Formats: sequence, C-alpha cells, structure tokens
Amino acid sequence: MEHIVIIGNGISGVTLARHVRKLSDKKITIVSAETDYFFSRTALMYIYMGHMKFEHTQPYEDWFWKKNRINLKKGYVETVETKSKTLHFADGDTLKYDKLVIATGSKPNKFGWPGQDLDGVMGMYHKQDLENLEKHAPNKEVCKRAVIVGGGLIGIELAEMLNSRSIPVTFLVRESSFWNGVLPEGESAMINRHIRNHHIDLRLSTNLKEIKSDDNGKVKSVIIEETGEEIPCNVVGLTAGVSPNIDFIKDSDIETGRGVKVNRYLETNIQDVYAIGDCAEQHEAIGNRRPIEAVWYTGRMMGETLAQTLCGNRIEYKPGHWFNSAKFLDIEYQTYGWVFGSKGRPEYEQHFHWKHTDDTKCITIAFHKDTKEFLGINTFGIRMRHEFFDKVLTEKWNVDKVIEHLSAANFDPEFYKLHEKSVVEHYNKTTASNISLSKKSWKKIFA
Amino acid sequence: MKTIKYIGLAIFLIGLVIFTASIFTGSFNLTKQEVAEYIETQGYKGDIIKTELEKALVTEEELNIFEFSTRVRNAYEASNNHYDELIKKYDAEKNWDKKGEQYQYKIHGKPHTISYNLAKKAGSGFVKENAVLMWWLTFGLGIVGALLYILPNLILLGAPGIKNDGIYHKSATNRGWIAWLVLVYLVAFYLLLYFMPDYVVNWTFILDPISNSLNGGDASQWFVYGFLYCVIMVVMAVRMYIKYRHNKYQIIRTTSVLFFQIVFAFLIPEIMTSLNMPGYDFKNAFPLDYDFFFEWNIKNLTESGAIGLFILVWGTVLTLIIVPLMVYFFGKRWYCSWVCGCGGLAETLGDPYRQHSDKSLKAWKLERWVIHSVLLISIIMTVVTLYCYFTGAQSFLGINSQWIKDTYSFLIGAWFAGVIGTGFYPIFGNRVWCRFGCPLAAYLGLVQRFKSRFRITTNGGQCISCGNCSTYCEMGIDVRAYAQKGENIIRSSCVGCGICSAVCPRGVLKLENDSMKGRINPTEILLGNDVDLMELVNQK
Repeated sequence: MEHIVIIGNGISGVTLARHVRKLSDKKITIVSAETDYFFSRTALMYIYMGHMKFEHTQPYEDWFWKKNRINLKKGYVETVETKSKTLHFADGDTLKYDKLVIATGSKPNKFGWPGQDLDGVMGMYHKQDLENLEKHAPNKEVCKRAVIVGGGLIGIELAEMLNSRSIPVTFLVRESSFWNGVLPEGESAMINRHIRNHHIDLRLSTNLKEIKSDDNGKVKSVIIEETGEEIPCNVVGLTAGVSPNIDFIKDSDIETGRGVKVNRYLETNIQDVYAIGDCAEQHEAIGNRRPIEAVWYTGRMMGETLAQTLCGNRIEYKPGHWFNSAKFLDIEYQTYGWVFGSKGRPEYEQHFHWKHTDDTKCITIAFHKDTKEFLGINTFGIRMRHEFFDKVLTEKWNVDKVIEHLSAANFDPEFYKLHEKSVVEHYNKTTASNISLSKKSWKKIFA
Repeated sequence: MKTIKYIGLAIFLIGLVIFTASIFTGSFNLTKQEVAEYIETQGYKGDIIKTELEKALVTEEELNIFEFSTRVRNAYEASNNHYDELIKKYDAEKNWDKKGEQYQYKIHGKPHTISYNLAKKAGSGFVKENAVLMWWLTFGLGIVGALLYILPNLILLGAPGIKNDGIYHKSATNRGWIAWLVLVYLVAFYLLLYFMPDYVVNWTFILDPISNSLNGGDASQWFVYGFLYCVIMVVMAVRMYIKYRHNKYQIIRTTSVLFFQIVFAFLIPEIMTSLNMPGYDFKNAFPLDYDFFFEWNIKNLTESGAIGLFILVWGTVLTLIIVPLMVYFFGKRWYCSWVCGCGGLAETLGDPYRQHSDKSLKAWKLERWVIHSVLLISIIMTVVTLYCYFTGAQSFLGINSQWIKDTYSFLIGAWFAGVIGTGFYPIFGNRVWCRFGCPLAAYLGLVQRFKSRFRITTNGGQCISCGNCSTYCEMGIDVRAYAQKGENIIRSSCVGCGICSAVCPRGVLKLENDSMKGRINPTEILLGNDVDLMELVNQK
C-alpha cells in the first residue's frame, strides 16, 4: 500500500489527508513537532483572550484520526533523504515514504535586529509562542508594556490579545499607515483611528533599531530607529510577516527559493515530493496572487487539489477568484476579487469608496476605469456574501450593476441596519450616475 | 467603574443573603379554631388528625418553619398510621366492612404541600408583618445590586462588539468554585420549591402584597417562582442589551422573550385568575405544557365556560397547526429563543454559561436518544390519559394513568426541567433541558430538520475553523464542522439564538429563511477553489 507522508499538521496537510482518505485506501501519516492534533492556528489568539480553551481550537475530536486511519507522528524532521525516500527525525527515528508532502507552513520573520533572541521576544505563530506569551505577559503587573513590531494581520491580533488583559501596547509600524501595502488609503486610515481608539499606542513610519536586555538576558526596552527613543517594555512581539518554515530541507535535493519551489501541480523538482500551503512557492505567480500565499484558504485549497493528484487524477492548482478576511479589533474585513492599495495598483484600477459616519464601516469597490468592469471589493464592518461576488466576478459584471444589486450581497445578521441605500446615493453623487437599488434576492439574480 | 461593580456585587449578595436567611425567620402556630376550620375546609373525616394537629401546633412555643413542618408531617403520619393499623387489624379479623370503612379516613396529598398550606395560615413574624420592607431588602437590593454590577459594562466593555474576553479565565464562567457554588444554590432552590415548599413559605409572605394587587389572593410558591423568574430575566436582559448592543438580532430577540415571559407567562394568567377564569399561559404549547390534556385540566377548562373551551381549542390548534407552520417558515427559533419561557431564562440568566454545552459526537447521540424518548413518553402518557378520561378506565395498554402522570411530573416536569435543567446551568450549560429533555423541542426539531425554510447559511469558503461558533453554541452543535466544509447548518436542535453568527470573526454565518431547495448542501471542495474541481467533486 502506498505510504503518503505529510510533514505538517496544519490546515493544508490535514485537508490533504482527509481528502486522500476519502478518495483512497492509501496509508497516511502526518508528522508534526508542534502538537499532537490539528488545531486552528488562527484561533490561538482567542485562547489567550479567554474566549476559548486550546481544545476548542481542535476541529476534530481525538478519535477522528484513528477512525479515519490517519497516523499521527510527533517528531521533528531534521533531514529529508529523497534518494532512499527516508525522513530522519531529531530523535534518531526514521520514516520511509512513497510520496512526501511538505506542508510545514511558516515561521515569523526576524530581520537581524540586535536582541531579537532575548527572553521575552516572540512571534505569534506557533502554539509554543502562545505558551511563551502566557509566561511573559500573564497580566499587566508582570508585563508593564509590550512593544509589537510589524503592522500586519498578526501584529494587530497580538495587540488585541494584549489589550484584552489591559497590558499597554506600543505598536511599531514601518509603513506610513496601517497595512497600506494592501489596503487603500481610506480604509487604512480608518483602521489607524480604530487602533488608537482602543488605547493602543500606534507609531506609524517607525522602525525598530534594537532590543535591549537587562542583566538576566530578558527584554528591558526597545530603541526606535528614527528618534532613538527608548521604550521600556517586558515583551516584544515580532510580527513583521512570515516566511516558509523549510530550514530542514535546505540541504536536501529539493529545490527551494524562499519556499519550496513547486509547479502548478504542486510538484517539486524531485519526483514524489510535493509542497502545499504557506511553504510552497510557485515558480510563477498565479494571476495577481503572490508566489507564496500564506493564507488559510489557499492552504486548504492546495490540500483539496493535491489530494486529486495523489489519487490518480493529476490536476493543476487553479484557485478561483481571490478572497480573504480578517478582523481588526472590532471591525470585520472581507475582500473579494482584487482591490489594491497604492502599492502595485494597476493604472486602470479605479476606486469607489464609501464610509459610514460612525467610522467603523466602509467599502471600497475597484473597477476598470475604461470598461467599468467590477474588479473587487473590500468591505469593513458589513458582511457580504462570498457566493454573490464569486458569481459577479465570473460573469464580469460592470460596476453599475454591482452597485444596483448590492442589497443582494449583504450577509449581515437579520434586522441589521442596511447601508446600501447610502452607498448607492454616494455612488450616484460621485460618479454622476442614476442608479436605483434593486430589491431582488441574489438567488433570483443568478437564477 | 470597577468600584461601582464591586459595590453592586456586595449589595446583590446582601440581598441574596437576606432572601435566603428569611427562610429561617418567623414563628408558626395555629389556634384550635384555625385547626378546626382547616380540617373542615379540607373535609377530613377522621378524628385523629384533629387531635394530632392540635397537639402539635396549638402551642405557646415559637416554632420555626422546620419544626412546624416536622410536626405537621408527623401529625399526618400518626393519623394515617392509626387507620393503617385498623385496616391491618380488620384485615386479620376478616372484617371487610370495617376494613373498607377505614379508607375514607386516610389523608392523601404530599406531606410538604399540606404543611405548606398550614404554614401559609400559621406564619407570623417580621417577614410577614413587613412584607414591603422585606421586598426592598431582598428583591430590591438584589435588583439594584445586580444592575450596579451590570451597567458599568457599558463603559468597561469598550466599543460595541463581541466581548468574550476572560470567560475562560473566570471561576464563575469556567466551571470554577463560584460556578459550583451557584449550581448548589440553584439545585437547592429547585428542590425546596418543588419538593419542600413549606420551608420557603416566608418568601411567599414577601410577595403577598404584589400577589393581592394582581390576582386578589395571597402568593403561592409558584407566584414566587413566576415573579422571581421575571425579575431575573429583566435584570439579565439588561446584561444582554449591553453585551450585544451591536447586534440588533440579539436586542430584538431578547425583548421578545422578555415580553412573552412577563405578559403571557406571568401577567395574563394572574389577571385571568383574578377574573375567576382558569389562569392560562397562551404561549405554553403541549407537550412542553405536559399536563394540558390531564383530566383535571380538561375538567377545569370544560367547566369554565366559553373561555375554557377557547383555551382547549387554542391549545390544540397551537400544537397541531400554529407551531409546525411557524417552524416551517422561521425555524424552531420562533418558539425556542423568541417566545418560550424556558428558552427565555436560558438566553438571559443562562447566557454566561452557554459555552459549557458538550459538543462531542457522543453527546449528540445521547441527545437524540433522550429527547426523542421524552417526546415518545409524553405522547404515550397523553394517549393513556385521554383514553382513560373518555372511557373512565384506570389504565390503558397496561399503563396506569395516574402512575404515568405522577412519574412524568416528578421525573421530567420537576427533576429534568427544573432541578437539572436550570440548576446545572453553571457546569453543563444553559440548555440542558431544551437539548436533552424538552418534548416540544423534539417535536419542533423534527419539523425543522425535515420541513423548514430555516437554515444557518455558511458564507462560501470564508471559514477559518477557529471554533468560536461551536464553543458558544448553547445546543452543543459543532457548528464549525459544517462551516469549515462550506455547508449550511441544518440541525433539529438549533434554536436559532444567533450567537454563532455573532461571535464569528469572519462573517461566515447567517441565520436565514429561504426556499427549501438547496438548503442542505454537502460540499467537499469549497467556494474559491478551481471551478472545474468543484464541479467534478461536488456533483458526485
């Protein structure tokens, strides 16, 4: 029986294993050094905040794995020998495979800052990071201030976590506005204000120079690059992005760049070795996507796809329309299609922006300035229907039609105040159009 | 703000202590005349009970309620024993006439209930004489304290949004010692209320003035329970309004359960009683209202003229037509989390404990066995009862009518719905009764599962499997198991409280009513992946 070994028990590896089991009787082993069972990494923050316990982040009960004949092996893979198809573990153990899938995810970036390995400096990615944070920042008495370096999604989550225990947070963001490498200006500015409303000390256009140590090798303070200011703190969170967690294969024959190089079939240069999820790097980016996509959803999709290939239906990784989501403190964010910030925005991409007066809701719709084709939407504080926009993007609607049918896209809970009317009014005003809101349900529209 | 909270907590606890301590106060005795009157109204035929009661209760001693209760119960036991002896004696003598004669002297009824009835007349003391003051010292302090504890959250919780911070860090909400203490208190409360009402007769004195103004009679233990129920729901609804103030669904839903509890379950029946009509809760549908078809109720209703007849028809139509029809259009939520009193308490007092429901597959299996068994038993009970009512028989299908009614009332009505259902909130979650025991929920669930427009829609591929939805599902549904597969959630147990949708950080879940087509949508490949692959796999 063919033995499929998956290194990494995150969403990619586990999705793959589940689908392979559905499609075949192959022997499956998932290897992880992090935890015994699959858990949702995105939910780690809620454990620290007291919304959940670790067990709640595990989507499958413990009996699930045995019942589905998915072997779990806890161990750290030190080297991969592709000629003899053998994994060598840190504890000296070995494991033979017929097909190997690398799904080891990411690790937090460190940019060689002085003091970056001190006690009290941590990323927020692995379960061990959470345990570390619990140790160094159990409350505001032990941790009098925390400094977070890097203004991305993990950074703001870490800020929210610390905030939930009333620990003062200084948030260093290299960019001139929060996440403006991705978000258009209006949205990014709204999030800046939202962060500050939560009493988080947000420092924009600010870089870390070094982290200072006390006599015991623990964090004492950080120094700001631009001003030389010293900020006393007990915890430093490094959240300046993530990169593929693939150090263990650097010496193998498997080709790597920043990540494990794969083709569209998620195959590496070595036969029977594949890579999926955050650690996989496409030779060439797919559409507007990045060669390495460290996103929950893409990890899952690669797992779904590779399962087909491994079970005899060789199929390309061909993700559909881009979508993503996040939550910035109290503001939910969803995106469908492509909306660019100022960075990398194609010259044909034009934006329509609407913001609610309460400063917690806004949308930005991107469209082609000549053809008026709808390109994408960012929505903050208003939930929208994935299926609606997926169809809109497939059918290449023009922006006027999208605006007209915006009610059908709403996914907010029942009885919520609806804002489409205000959006349409604003659209009519800014584009000198005369659109009236349609009341048709989305099912009728696409029927 | 924190200080206000702690002051509020202290005031609340003082109120609670006074309320609890009031049980132990007062003295209870009767005059000879009062005993005689009572015996006359009860129509007791034996002589023994009179002497025994006089011996026990007509005394200069200051009896507290516990001594009083013991004496009353002993008096009744002595009386019954006396006649039992005689029965035995005549039986041995084969004197059948004499033996048969003795049965009429035996006194039936629950000893504690008899004791309660006497205590209600016999009580005197500070509580009874200062009912209004006592109301303020118990209910008043409790309400003021609780509100002082709750209202500062308006500021302390920060901006509107989901604020579940620290739930698993606190003893009260993480099955710590506070939770266990609350459990013990609640269980004790229900045991007293259901099985030893005489011990808490002092509480009824506190509410006598209110009861009198509402229905013209003194308060019973059930009036105390009903009043307390409403007060607790109102106070905890304030907490809901603050906690979920960003969520209009929750605000409206909370207002709805509050309205139905206060107006339908409490005020209307009281007013009806004051107008000499049978007090009836128009929203309490059979088989949750399990004694609706009991002989005494049918008799009572048929003897109450037009209104009684109307209630009989309404109750039947409610269960057979209105309930399933509404479930078809809106899901069982219209009842369970918008109207029902049990649901109302669960959604207010129980909200802090919703995370404790067991999400394991085992629990789900157990749930289906238990709840459907209760439904079946309640139906069998009703069939037996109705058969016996119309034919005058004692039993049907080998089941004794009185036995099954008594057993059901005791095990399901009192223990399951009350002691376990509410008492276990702090440890097993706020919907133990609704999930495992309620026969009406089982009935609505069957309709919801197979014939309803209601579903929780999963928003394409947006789920990140974080588990907030499952954690905060009070019905123990593993919501995530569906959401992470892109499937709609169609479950018979779902009461549509909407909290899964509220706590979702990614906007994945929406409660909706829509056509039944495509309502159940098993998916392997989620939206957002390769369309060809989705078609290939999902069409299979």
